[in-house]
Amino acid sequence: MPSRLPQTFAALKNKNEGALVAFLTAGDPGVESTPDLIALIAEAGADVVELGIPYSDPLADGPIIQASSQRALDRGVTPPMSLDLVRQAREKTQVPIVLMTSYNLVWIYGLERFAKDAAEAGADGAILTDLPPEEAEPWKAAAQAHGISTVFLVAPTSTTERIARIAGSSTGFVYCVSRTGVTGARKEMPADLPQLIDQIRAATDTPVCVGFGVSNPEHVAQVCAMADGAVVGSKLVEFLHQNADNPGRDAAVRDLVSGWKAATRRF
Amino acid sequence: MAVDTLSAENLYVADAQGRFGGEFGGRFVPETIIPALDELTEAYAKAKADPAFQEEFAYYCKDYVGRPTPLFFAEKMTRELGGAQIYLKREDLAHTGAHKINNALGQILLAKRMNKPRIIAETGAGQHGVATATACALFGYECEVYMGEEDVERQKLNVIRMNLLGAKVIPVSSGTRTLKDALNEAMRDWVTNVRNTHYIIGTVAGPHPYPTMVRDFQSIIGIESRQQIQEETGGLPDVVVACIGGGSNAMGIFYPFVHDAGVRLIGVEAAGHGLHTEHHAATLTAGSKGVLHGSASYVLQDTHGQVRSTHSISAGLDYPGVGPEHAHFKEQGRAEYVSVTDEEALDAFQWVAKSEGIIPALESSHAFAHVRKLAPTLPKEQKLIVCLSGRGDKDVDQVARRLGLL
Repeated sequence: MPSRLPQTFAALKNKNEGALVAFLTAGDPGVESTPDLIALIAEAGADVVELGIPYSDPLADGPIIQASSQRALDRGVTPPMSLDLVRQAREKTQVPIVLMTSYNLVWIYGLERFAKDAAEAGADGAILTDLPPEEAEPWKAAAQAHGISTVFLVAPTSTTERIARIAGSSTGFVYCVSRTGVTGARKEMPADLPQLIDQIRAATDTPVCVGFGVSNPEHVAQVCAMADGAVVGSKLVEFLHQNADNPGRDAAVRDLVSGWKAATRRF
Repeated sequence: MAVDTLSAENLYVADAQGRFGGEFGGRFVPETIIPALDELTEAYAKAKADPAFQEEFAYYCKDYVGRPTPLFFAEKMTRELGGAQIYLKREDLAHTGAHKINNALGQILLAKRMNKPRIIAETGAGQHGVATATACALFGYECEVYMGEEDVERQKLNVIRMNLLGAKVIPVSSGTRTLKDALNEAMRDWVTNVRNTHYIIGTVAGPHPYPTMVRDFQSIIGIESRQQIQEETGGLPDVVVACIGGGSNAMGIFYPFVHDAGVRLIGVEAAGHGLHTEHHAATLTAGSKGVLHGSASYVLQDTHGQVRSTHSISAGLDYPGVGPEHAHFKEQGRAEYVSVTDEEALDAFQWVAKSEGIIPALESSHAFAHVRKLAPTLPKEQKLIVCLSGRGDKDVDQVARRLGLL
């Protein structure tokens, strides 16, 4: 099945809305609850769900997502289990699901096998945070053969030449890292973000989503005024962890996500 | 990279992407630091080709570090073991007490050329942290060193030394609280502060160009050894032995002999409580191919690619990865990789102290433990060089506790 991402972004463009991309970790705050949470987040307004497959030694994650991954690992979450959670979520929702993890897990799984199993489970794309385009040809070939989009990251430090290469290599969307540093909530969006987005736009027609530091509706609105979507990660992961035992959790998650979604609408 | 480019001359040189043999090395890091790696690659290539840089490096190696370090014929040890003639490459006599200073100085000179005002590093046993703090003090740099909490505890002396040298030691409480977690945290710091910060990686691991660059700075160990043994005996050694965690002292002494087919190169890893247990750090002996800390190499990992926790009595060897060039040497059969246990290393620590009046680092004691087994099996005319990579002052407290002397 081809990736659901292009049609999702096309539909949002027609509605003059940005995409709300929401991140959660497979198996946190619980293994059984992950498929339901994916469906709940989608129903509350997330246009794309990023599902993190936990890794023991992440280089791009901030403390909140790192701790979340560690909790999931402590619960015994593995890449095959994570794909199974995608399969279960597919029984409940058709929201595009993009897997996010470190290259080693995919390499050890087997590039071809991972792409095939991910596609069969119902995933639409993959973000391998430590795999730059220069090293990605074998993975891209495997992913393409199975209809999995490969989303690469552009950073504020990327040169114009690299931005063009990364933008040209990305399928589904281009992930624009808002600032240097690891994942995690910040107070303000950086001032040089518009120029970075412009540079990506000059290089490709593929949609651009901005992440790292996006944590409240104001950020989402600011980002969606410039880009095609906003990625919210640490804030949601923290909220899910803090509300793991809250009987009113589902309603609270719905409020939180719908608040972000409302901010993606351009008037 | 096609295999036909692996001619004898190119066999042990990384390609443009930093791949050894087309398979090991490369760059597997977040995009944010790729431009910094490009900048570093370019700056290093220019520096390497610049006689003024080489002269400056040579000056500090000679007048500050005290190079060349001696190659000492260990007569008593040789007699006792009754086999090969044993020579000790005395890196323990380098300023700060270990080979780590060679690389720290090389990289600080490079940071100066790149106008990076802030330096970060990671450390396990603390020797690389001390070396980096020393180089930073010498050149007036701000310095922060990441160190696992467990290592802070077992290497207190080196933490004090770093503080005295003006460096800030940042304890890392995540994961196994050892070297790999210190590396993760240093890498995260670099991702955040990449524009003004140079990260001095302490071993021949990490993304390209680090494995090549650190190897080059450490090759001075092998270059001197080669010259010294030729002067002393008129020929090359038959065997070169070094301990290996990330692998910088081993690569430093091996590399200048790599095209001398008659010289056996042996790397000694930490078998901890034994390879049959899960408590060891013998990556090349018992690991599998994987990607860790920016390069493809061998990794101690589970079947899903999650990095396993390691154990070694020696904090400097307590690491689940290894430099990619060593992985290439293993695949090519150019070097042999073996392992010895904590107990064997501890015995060798005491043996070297009594035998030669030298207290070796626990890291180096692993190399000696293997020499103890190997030398008696070799003919008396054979010559064996062992890299005494560092002195053992930092380990005295820990060894004393282990032996019940404290």
